[in-house]
Amino acid sequence: MAVCIAVIAKENYPLYIRSVPTQGELKFHYTVHTSLDVVEEKISGVGKALADQRELYLGLLYPTEDYKVYGYVTNSKVKFVIVVDSSNTSLRDNEIRSMFRKLHNSFTDVMCNPFYNPGDPIQSKGHQTAQTHLPGNF
Amino acid sequence: MEDGRMRVKCNFSGDQKFLENGRCVSKLESMGFRVGQGLIERFTKDTPRFKDELDVMKFICKDFWTSVFKKQIDNLRTNHQGIYVLQDNKFRLLTHLSAGKQYLEHAPKFLAFTCGLVRGALSNLGVKSIVTAEVSVMPACKFQVMIQKM
Repeated sequence: MAVCIAVIAKENYPLYIRSVPTQGELKFHYTVHTSLDVVEEKISGVGKALADQRELYLGLLYPTEDYKVYGYVTNSKVKFVIVVDSSNTSLRDNEIRSMFRKLHNSFTDVMCNPFYNPGDPIQSKGHQTAQTHLPGNF
Repeated sequence: MEDGRMRVKCNFSGDQKFLENGRCVSKLESMGFRVGQGLIERFTKDTPRFKDELDVMKFICKDFWTSVFKKQIDNLRTNHQGIYVLQDNKFRLLTHLSAGKQYLEHAPKFLAFTCGLVRGALSNLGVKSIVTAEVSVMPACKFQVMIQKM
């Protein structure tokens, strides 16, 4: 079950962070922030095969003892980070990929909204409801 | 006396018209910028990541132009130092105007939005640029993209 979802702008500040309210939010902010380093490393792809570089889904960024962190970068350099509970081993790679796909779709819709200024924090209700319907989420 | 006053009025409105025109063109360009950003988000949802600047320009010339104008850019030239010239020999927004010198001076109004479109698309892909357009022979037009090193 996803415990935290974050959308981060290309200048590396968060546009949208939402986490399960029972846990400390600050901890997730910190986790997401540290995962950005790993994302940067994967994008710059020093010494990696070309095929790896061209994929948008980045896969497991790093596991901690409680959580697993997955990353995804769009072509507009907006990063999505999903933090999942480690105890939930039933969540397969495909499911994570589809979660990212849905996140990307709802983000694209927000981007195309003429009343939204790129770079502002995302406050769209549509985006929020789309997140609650992600599989195994909240 | 009345004549003098009228003449002054006319001159004033001439300047105003010129200013209004400039304001409209830049407003169109900034509208195109925002639309370009949104369009790129949609179009690049499923494409693999771009290798370099040239890859981005090729995407603009082929996929982006096809999705917006139902045709590709006819000619892309570059000096490999950050200047690209995109030539469209039959620009869709100009084809309905008569080919010839008659409306040449009005052509920039039709190109402003598209310049913004390209600038917005590039900006969302991480490329800062200045886009200008010129028309020498209708309906062909050239878009000049100057990449700004940040």
